[in-house]
Amino acid sequence: MSKGRFGIHGGQYIPETLMNAVNELETAYNFYKNDEEFNRELTELLNEYANRPSRLYYAEKMTKDLGGAKIYLKREDLNHTGAHKINNVLGQALLAKKMGKTRLIAETGAGQHGVATATAAALMGMECVVFMGEEDTIRQALNVYRMRLLGAEVVAVKSGTATLKDAVSEAMREWTKRIDDTHYCLGSVMGPHPFPTMVRDFQAVISKEIKEQIMKKEDRLPDAVIACVGGGSNAIGSFYHFIDDKDVRLIGCEAAGRGIDTFETAATVNTGSLGIFHGMKSYFCQNEYGQIAPVYSISAGLDYPGVGPEHAYLHDIGRAEYVPVTDDEAVNAFEYLSKTEGIIPAIESSHAIAHAIKIAPKMDKDKIIVITVSGRGDKDCAAIARYRGEDIHE
Amino acid sequence: MSNIKTAFENGKAFIAFITCGDPDLDTTEKIIETMAENGVDMIELGIPFSDPTAEGPVIQAANLRGLAQGVTTDKVFDMIRRVRKRVSIPMVFMTYANVVFSYGTERFIRTAAEVGMSGLILPDVPYEEKAEFADVCKKYGLDLISLIAPTSDERIGMIASSAEGFVYCVSSLGVTGTRSEITSDIDSMIASVRENTDIPVAIGFGISNPEQAAQMAAKADGIIIGSAIVKLIEKYGKDCVPYVKKFVKEISAAL
Repeated sequence: MSKGRFGIHGGQYIPETLMNAVNELETAYNFYKNDEEFNRELTELLNEYANRPSRLYYAEKMTKDLGGAKIYLKREDLNHTGAHKINNVLGQALLAKKMGKTRLIAETGAGQHGVATATAAALMGMECVVFMGEEDTIRQALNVYRMRLLGAEVVAVKSGTATLKDAVSEAMREWTKRIDDTHYCLGSVMGPHPFPTMVRDFQAVISKEIKEQIMKKEDRLPDAVIACVGGGSNAIGSFYHFIDDKDVRLIGCEAAGRGIDTFETAATVNTGSLGIFHGMKSYFCQNEYGQIAPVYSISAGLDYPGVGPEHAYLHDIGRAEYVPVTDDEAVNAFEYLSKTEGIIPAIESSHAIAHAIKIAPKMDKDKIIVITVSGRGDKDCAAIARYRGEDIHE
Repeated sequence: MSNIKTAFENGKAFIAFITCGDPDLDTTEKIIETMAENGVDMIELGIPFSDPTAEGPVIQAANLRGLAQGVTTDKVFDMIRRVRKRVSIPMVFMTYANVVFSYGTERFIRTAAEVGMSGLILPDVPYEEKAEFADVCKKYGLDLISLIAPTSDERIGMIASSAEGFVYCVSSLGVTGTRSEITSDIDSMIASVRENTDIPVAIGFGISNPEQAAQMAAKADGIIIGSAIVKLIEKYGKDCVPYVKKFVKEISAAL
């Protein structure tokens, strides 16, 4: 029987060689997620090491400037390692350790998940190998250095389009070669079951905190929660505890690249179709023969041709909206938030900021928007400078 | 049930894999004919996929060469229609779930049966996900081939008892590609398979020369060779046919 379905999406489309590994992972996760000691250790790590809970910050200047809905920023950029990725990584690394694994492998796009995995590996005394598209090792050279500094080996993946999807493929290939001592620390809510569910659970801390914090500050739920979507882990984490609150709009911002009417886009829900890839049934950018499309976005972290199966399902049932945001809009938002609030957001998160800039002015002043700032933008400064025609050294 | 069993009727079966459209579809047609005339008992035809996650570098590159040639699923079907008039040994497709699914699973399998294919191997479809493909295969008389791996352990019984055509025994961990040594405990894997099914068992992954072929064939009903042939195609391009011929003759003689 197929497991891990979200409507028609999800499943476990992987080689037989990996089936016992994912089954073992599922069994361990189902045990430890209810284990008191595991949860105590994880909470301790999240709070004392990763700096949780992250702030829910009222962006007063932005709110006044846009002149509409009240805007709050969920500051995942303030986590240790600078992004939401650490939430999932600490959970998986602790789980892997309990399972007796001594080596973590991971894929990375922008490098944030790779850095988080390298960090957890350093902390827990585990070996770490990170697969990163060669193209991305150039776009995100600083993160490559950070991973090496943390003791990880970074493998530049040259196959295919040498970006995130190829890094995922190569990490999967590596896992089939070496399973006994190795855990594949997948960085998003994608891949075969149990990853989409497990990663979502580890990221759901974001919406759990937003809910508590907004109730404390406003004594009501927000009208909209906005997050960027590549594979979709910070978005599902931001949405999860609001899914049953039907009055809260859930908005995922996809990377449209140069626009959804061009071939240079990574907006999967907006331009893709149903397919089977990287272990899951979901929406993918592909041609009529099922060949995966070479997607494009200025953001290495959103430059992925698929989307997590739970997002595909939330789209199908109309519970969440998925909107495209172009490179231009994201870069403008990157600069806008820096100047307006003194917060430099990751270029990924800037896609969510950009959409809020579009919709906030049209909303009444008594409405509330929460935007998840999934990561900080230091890593992007050189790339954005280049985008604006300025050549700076990192 | 298909005619796959005929491949195992004359001693050990030699199953050869190539990627369609590498270096081009005309050459693929010639390779198929040559292999059928020179001791190959069954051919596994790869339909190129952009992201073949179960393949090593050699077959990955063959997939990309095929796609760069503009090979599509429809062009592969057309090529098989032509070659089927001259080649009678069983042929099976080896491709990825998305190639079949995006074409329309039923439309793909129906067309595969029409052009004379006998089975389908989908390395990214394990036992738990096979129903959506196996049910349609059954309807059109194709066998959906099951794979077992060195990590399958207690799963072997479940997989083998519902397997059809033949059981594809993956010799080693990791992806496709030639290996200097195959170290898995293949004997116990095959013993477990035989306890659960009467259909033939073939060993693949890592076999690249007559010695390995003979050694592995002694353990099973057949052997599968892919990367070693694809390497010759990569090296000699459109002139590869005589080299492939020589290679398959040597393997066939060793069995």
